[in-house]
Amino acid sequence: MPVILWTDAMIFLLLATVLAAALWIRKRPHLVLPWQRVAKGSVGMVSLLVLSLFVLVGLLDTMHYRAALPEKSNGQTVYSAEVLSVFDALAIGLRSRTEKTYSAPLAAYLYAKESIETTDGKIRRDYPRLLYGGAHLADPQRELQGDVLKRTVVGALVGLLIGIFLIVVGNTVIRFFVKSRIDRSSTGQEISKDGSGIFTFTKAMKNKPFRALLITALLMAMLLGVTANLAAVYHVLGTDKVGQDVLYLALKSIRTGLVIGTVTTLVMLPFALLLGIAAGYMRGWVDDVIQYLYTVLSSIPSVLLIAAAVLMMQVYIEMHPEWFETSAARADLRLLFLCLILGVTSWTGLCRLLRGETLKLREMEYIQAAQAFGVSSSRILTRHIVPNVMHIVLIAVVMDFSSLVLAEAVLSYVGVGVDPSTMSFGTLINSARMEMGREPMVWWTLAAAFGFMLVLVLAANLFADAVRDAFDPRLNRTEAVA
Amino acid sequence: MIAYLIRRILYAIPILIGVNLLTFSLFFVVNTADDMARMQLGMKRVTPEAIEKWKQQHGYDKPLLFNASAEGAKKISDTIFFQKSARMFVFDFGSSNDGRNVAREIQTRMMPSLAIALPTFLIGLLIYITFALLMTLFRATALDMLGVSLCVLLMSISGLFYIIGGQFVASKLWHWVPISGYAGGIDSIKFVLLPVLIGVMGSVGASSRWYRTIFLEEIGKDYVRTARAKGLSELRVLFRHVLKNAMIPILTGVVVVIPLLFMGSLLTESFFGIPGLGSYTIDAINAQDFGVVRAMVFLGSMLYITGLVLTDISYTIVDPRVRLQ
Repeated sequence: MPVILWTDAMIFLLLATVLAAALWIRKRPHLVLPWQRVAKGSVGMVSLLVLSLFVLVGLLDTMHYRAALPEKSNGQTVYSAEVLSVFDALAIGLRSRTEKTYSAPLAAYLYAKESIETTDGKIRRDYPRLLYGGAHLADPQRELQGDVLKRTVVGALVGLLIGIFLIVVGNTVIRFFVKSRIDRSSTGQEISKDGSGIFTFTKAMKNKPFRALLITALLMAMLLGVTANLAAVYHVLGTDKVGQDVLYLALKSIRTGLVIGTVTTLVMLPFALLLGIAAGYMRGWVDDVIQYLYTVLSSIPSVLLIAAAVLMMQVYIEMHPEWFETSAARADLRLLFLCLILGVTSWTGLCRLLRGETLKLREMEYIQAAQAFGVSSSRILTRHIVPNVMHIVLIAVVMDFSSLVLAEAVLSYVGVGVDPSTMSFGTLINSARMEMGREPMVWWTLAAAFGFMLVLVLAANLFADAVRDAFDPRLNRTEAVA
Repeated sequence: MIAYLIRRILYAIPILIGVNLLTFSLFFVVNTADDMARMQLGMKRVTPEAIEKWKQQHGYDKPLLFNASAEGAKKISDTIFFQKSARMFVFDFGSSNDGRNVAREIQTRMMPSLAIALPTFLIGLLIYITFALLMTLFRATALDMLGVSLCVLLMSISGLFYIIGGQFVASKLWHWVPISGYAGGIDSIKFVLLPVLIGVMGSVGASSRWYRTIFLEEIGKDYVRTARAKGLSELRVLFRHVLKNAMIPILTGVVVVIPLLFMGSLLTESFFGIPGLGSYTIDAINAQDFGVVRAMVFLGSMLYITGLVLTDISYTIVDPRVRLQ
């Protein structure tokens, strides 16, 4: 039975918006232009590729369902109370192979010593073998290193081959579809110009972003191959306190990070856009009221406002347990509320920017001309003002994403973040932070959380910079001077 | 100037009232006092008597806005709004759940917060601006590229990583300084050193990049060309002309946060066990002590508004063209 949680719905809405926007932009050359500028930068394109891998995991993890239980009660199918996602189904191996407690990455033995009964009935204290990690090895102490090395090499090769195969297939497919529209000049389609299959790569390789993209794609394919091959029999990033695979936890955290980073802006955009433009265009008392509103909101330190709001929301959710069919729905609503609250605290900045820009725009000649022609206010707003502030909105959205992902971790640490049962980078770090004092140290959970977060945020930052450079007219000038 | 200041402070009052109303509705209208009592006493098997007792102890057993049963002026004053919210204007923050006076608690905890936040702020400012000036000096060279890339990398790392990593390396591996704790007087240096260092490190990426953008914007202006045409050295142009003229955008971002330094940093203080306002807030959040959180929200916005006024004053100091009227 498919389940659509609140944040799922928001993500699908967001996806639909992005697709609609893309289709709309595609037909308009002046809107395509800045995106072509983005496509020409190799850093931006490479980070986009990395981001899209994260988005793919996030999307797979967004399609939720509840599995049907085998037994039926009087003819009706009974569904499990556990909400799973397509990603859970794909990573069933990672999810189900839980150990007893901590184990280091790629280990075959448990982290803690236990009493083991030997074959001759004696009891000795030693590190027991893991249930799944390296279980196929007869003598891990001797074979482990060789096996890991072998699997790494094989995985990398297979990944590389699959990557090349996919690119060749993709190339052929693209060639097939764009044969009629040859004169478009984006990288993928350039290949099709001379229409001779794989040999076109030599030509495309002269294109720097394409080369960087290709190399990154192949490296990513190799990395995925290695991880997949190792994860089949080992815990690549170790296991946590209750024996769950850290790689699985980290991958699950991606969705939470993406939701926080994107849904928050989706939630706040209508407010910021509507109020900012209204304040700038109408001025007078409307402007005063809106300015008062955002001054009040922005004068409260955001962490405190978030903390206060989240505390209240917690009480509210505690008091209404009857709303939620499953615990996942509850945790999900908490996540949505967190996005809402983050949105409320962060819309003020964008609102102020939009107000300023609208104030400037409404004095422009073309607006005055429109007014002189008797064009209605609503039409001026939709035809002339909104399209001309969109670049500010876009820049703000992409720039906010990474700081929101980082903020989630901090908020979860403070205790006002996501539900403790929701897997997120913040909860991962929080659960692992006390283990630094252990001897030997349990470092892998922290390393995994920080590592994944770094890659995600770095890619987002670099992509945001590329987008800003392409869209911000002011910045282009200063860069040129520099 | 004085007239301007008075007007500015008067203008702050409606904003503070707005903040007050917002926190009031957030804390008392969204959830009733009964809900809060139930959360405090544990969700299961709470008798109505226990809830009443808790409410009475903490002064939540009054009507929200208007007390019809009271006499005269008490109709207004004997309410939750007046007792809990309106009295914050005279710095009466009431008491926390364990019965201690919040205002006194804030007074004693301000110093440790300041001992961390002030050095972090000053050293940070010095380092970020120096770093940004260096990048501006070597603009459009490989060195600048390297600096900017480093900034992007540093700002992509979670602040938690700096704290956890710094504690691990400096305290656990090298045994430089104690992992956490605090002491008054001269002893405090060894406790303050690491948090300050980490605090500076934590925002070096974002801040340096931001200052670099400001400097780059200035360096494209005409007066810089004039200065160069006069034959001034690039260093002199940067320090004497660009830095001075970049003061307005720098002050806009910097002065606002000075009063907020009193509030301390939530993360740093709780990780390093510093008994400042930041850790006070975190403890209150974890213990769901709404009275303290409410007080901190109000205090924070008051300090922020003070910061805005200070920003305006600072403009007149660095830029003689700005006159406050």
